[in-house]
Amino acid sequence: MSGINYSDKIPNNVNLSGDRALQRALEHWQPNYLQWWQDMGPDGSHGFDVYLRTAVSVEPDGWAHFNHVRMPDYRWGIFLAPQDGQRKIHFGENIGRDVWQDVPGEHRANLRRIIVTQGDTEPASIEQQRHLGLTAPSQYDLRNLFQINVEEGRHLWAMVYLLHRYFGRDGREEADALLQRSSGDSDNPRILGAFNEKTPDWLAFYMFTYFTDRDGKFQLCALAESSFDPLARTTKFMLTEEAHHMFVGESGISRVIQRTCEVMKELKTDDPQAVRAAGVIDLPTIQRYLNFHYSVTIDLFGADQSSNAAIFYGSGLKGRYEESKRTDDHQLKNDTYRVLNVSNGKLSETEVPMLNALNEVLRDDFIRDSVAGIGRWNKVIEKSGLAFRLQVPHKAFNRQIGTLAGIRMSPEGEILSESQWQANQHKWLPTPEDRAFVASLMGRVTEPGKFANWIAPPVMGINRQPVNFEYVRFN
Amino acid sequence: MNAPLPVEVLKQHLIDPEICIRCNTCEETCPVDAITHDSNNYVVDPEICNGCMACVPPCPTGSIDNWRLVVRAEAYSVQDQLGWEELPQEKPLPVDAAAGGEGGQPTPAPQAESGLAQPAALTAATPGAAVPPWSAAHPYVNLYTHKTPITATVVGNYRVTGADTESDIHHIVLDFGEQPFPVLEGQSIGILPPGVDAQGRPHHARQYSLASPRDGERAGYNNLSLTVKRVTQDHGGAAAHGVCSNYLCDLAKNDTVQVIGPFGHTFLMPNHPQANLIMICTGTGSAPMRAMTERSRRLIGTADIGKLMLFFGARTERELPYFGPLMKLPRDFIDINLALSREPGQPKRYVQDLIRERAAHVRGLLADRNTCIYVCGLKGMEVGVLDALRDVVVQSGEDWSILHDALRREGRLHFETY
Repeated sequence: MSGINYSDKIPNNVNLSGDRALQRALEHWQPNYLQWWQDMGPDGSHGFDVYLRTAVSVEPDGWAHFNHVRMPDYRWGIFLAPQDGQRKIHFGENIGRDVWQDVPGEHRANLRRIIVTQGDTEPASIEQQRHLGLTAPSQYDLRNLFQINVEEGRHLWAMVYLLHRYFGRDGREEADALLQRSSGDSDNPRILGAFNEKTPDWLAFYMFTYFTDRDGKFQLCALAESSFDPLARTTKFMLTEEAHHMFVGESGISRVIQRTCEVMKELKTDDPQAVRAAGVIDLPTIQRYLNFHYSVTIDLFGADQSSNAAIFYGSGLKGRYEESKRTDDHQLKNDTYRVLNVSNGKLSETEVPMLNALNEVLRDDFIRDSVAGIGRWNKVIEKSGLAFRLQVPHKAFNRQIGTLAGIRMSPEGEILSESQWQANQHKWLPTPEDRAFVASLMGRVTEPGKFANWIAPPVMGINRQPVNFEYVRFN
Repeated sequence: MNAPLPVEVLKQHLIDPEICIRCNTCEETCPVDAITHDSNNYVVDPEICNGCMACVPPCPTGSIDNWRLVVRAEAYSVQDQLGWEELPQEKPLPVDAAAGGEGGQPTPAPQAESGLAQPAALTAATPGAAVPPWSAAHPYVNLYTHKTPITATVVGNYRVTGADTESDIHHIVLDFGEQPFPVLEGQSIGILPPGVDAQGRPHHARQYSLASPRDGERAGYNNLSLTVKRVTQDHGGAAAHGVCSNYLCDLAKNDTVQVIGPFGHTFLMPNHPQANLIMICTGTGSAPMRAMTERSRRLIGTADIGKLMLFFGARTERELPYFGPLMKLPRDFIDINLALSREPGQPKRYVQDLIRERAAHVRGLLADRNTCIYVCGLKGMEVGVLDALRDVVVQSGEDWSILHDALRREGRLHFETY
């Protein structure tokens, strides 16, 4: 691969061609990445021309580059938001000092861990979604899936750039390991639980992009506040792309609901079996998928009391969501936060030092943001004149991490015995039958402008193109 | 310039709440903080948005790309928009609302000025840049609106063309006293003429480019000047009475005027050392060129000024506004090229002819990335000027389309035509 002109091949605003050592390191990594893409990237897609958005610069007009691209030839670029030279550390113990342009020795291990954990999720989600292309409900949706995949790939590049550029040999080894772990692999799994779950069907995919990519948004927002300036600038730019992923999830679920409501109105029924018989996904099944993805995703924020979270914040590595818009002292040493726990079979709140509860703070910010979108889904149902409403389950429902882990709790917040849980969980979480039914609907629709029966078309196309545009050329 | 401003019609930028996913990308991107949100909606403040389109490409949903033609006074407020669950239906405009201008006068002002934003696909097709040069100062825009105009006092009103010519062009100086009205060369303001039109409605605003530099017509004073041509006939030569131009030309010292603005965030001059200006104008299109030239002149001796090259077209010398003062400027400061189309005993010459004649010099300046080009005058001159620039470049064996793209992308080519 030595003939590649990297300064052309990798769009970047980090003066890549001016750093020979870094360029060589990435030259070494790139073929491994492409091989990984071939092996673990979107299944059977390598010959397609896909109408993709490629970021060619961080300026607003650098976003508008849409054209048909073969995904292995996608130009995965390295972009950092512009450096303003004025940025000061704005939280934690070093508040007021200049941000770091290099990694301080005492924070090296923690920063590497943060970057590796973030970086690991990017290829993981591509692996989780690799078979979905075979059952895409339309060209429009297939294109959106691939757009997400290439951008997750770019986000991996962004993290690998940081590892190579700032962490020397350790960084290069970690970068290689990002391609070696594999989602769901029992021997060498991805780091975080939710990224080892399957994404078996498109309903799961939309739920994943709505909830789990939103976790990504909140984590990136917290990292965009970091005192390590290259990390802050990298994640700031990644956020702009992440927004598209959440859009695919929010609008995807909304279109599924829309179609289900149309059929329910047509048939004048709310019987799930009748709805299923008409080939669309009944609302209770959507609710069960929601319960699952929501509960698995809020686990991603980590333990509700965490000394690591306190260290990351105090040392300025990771801020809070919208840190710079908050008006407190940005030290939080004397603040407390109320976290939920269960004692003697009862839910109660305990007051704990805020610094230790920062995972919980971020989780609660995420919950507020998620609930707002569910309200918009409910508007679709409301407009159809139906009484059903979707809702998020209780925060303690189906948790595996933190003090709430393992507690048996109904979505409404009642504490249950093990037998009550076993008797009822099929009402709350997707059953094998639910998944089999949803899977039975998944069939590939390839004609431009046509959509599978279980999903409504979007209200508008991508980049002002019509909905029936040829978003993917299958060749 | 005398472009009438159809300010009562606003192409209002709105976000579709049914499609928007509240991802905050637009608010994060907006360079002028025109976008805000509550727990319900993301919305665009019509008083701040200048239609720069920076928020449009990054929007993941397409919800950002909605525009409604509305009567400016009835624009949807931030409060209205926050309460929406869906976009309102487009309301038909009053029949006369879009037909701005004094009888038969040239039509709409450049989009950026009037808040008439074009979709990105269209702006790419316009010949000029949608961004200012990198070293431009940051402009203030829309500080005063229809609902909140500012009152200025006339402190001077002089004719600047020969008394024997039919072209009656006035130099009018307005003073703002203690009220803030910060401006930059290349910006314009709107004048609200008093009285009502034939239908009994208040006259709408007319837009005029500043003829004075940022620090005042008189340096250090809070005043500015306009170059206003009295309109007595339309383009076809038929008699027509320009409401605003006659109002302005007839003003006496100490009269007061209602002003809105400032407008314009792209037709701005570079401020870095050794920045060159190529200025191409006709008639009252000279106003912004006078402002930029005067700004540069005041910096002589204190800053490292680049080259100034002016192409100025008029019918005769006597009809050239500011002809006298212009001719007194040192030749080593500004390279002046006059194109006279009706000078007795001389062949007709237009600015584009002069650009071709001075090709070597123009080409030299174009090759320098410190050079910015400004064109102001009647709409019809755009094509001629572009053709002339293309010829100059092509003759030297270069690719015009590449250079033209670069000029636009780098904010180095600006048109203000009417």
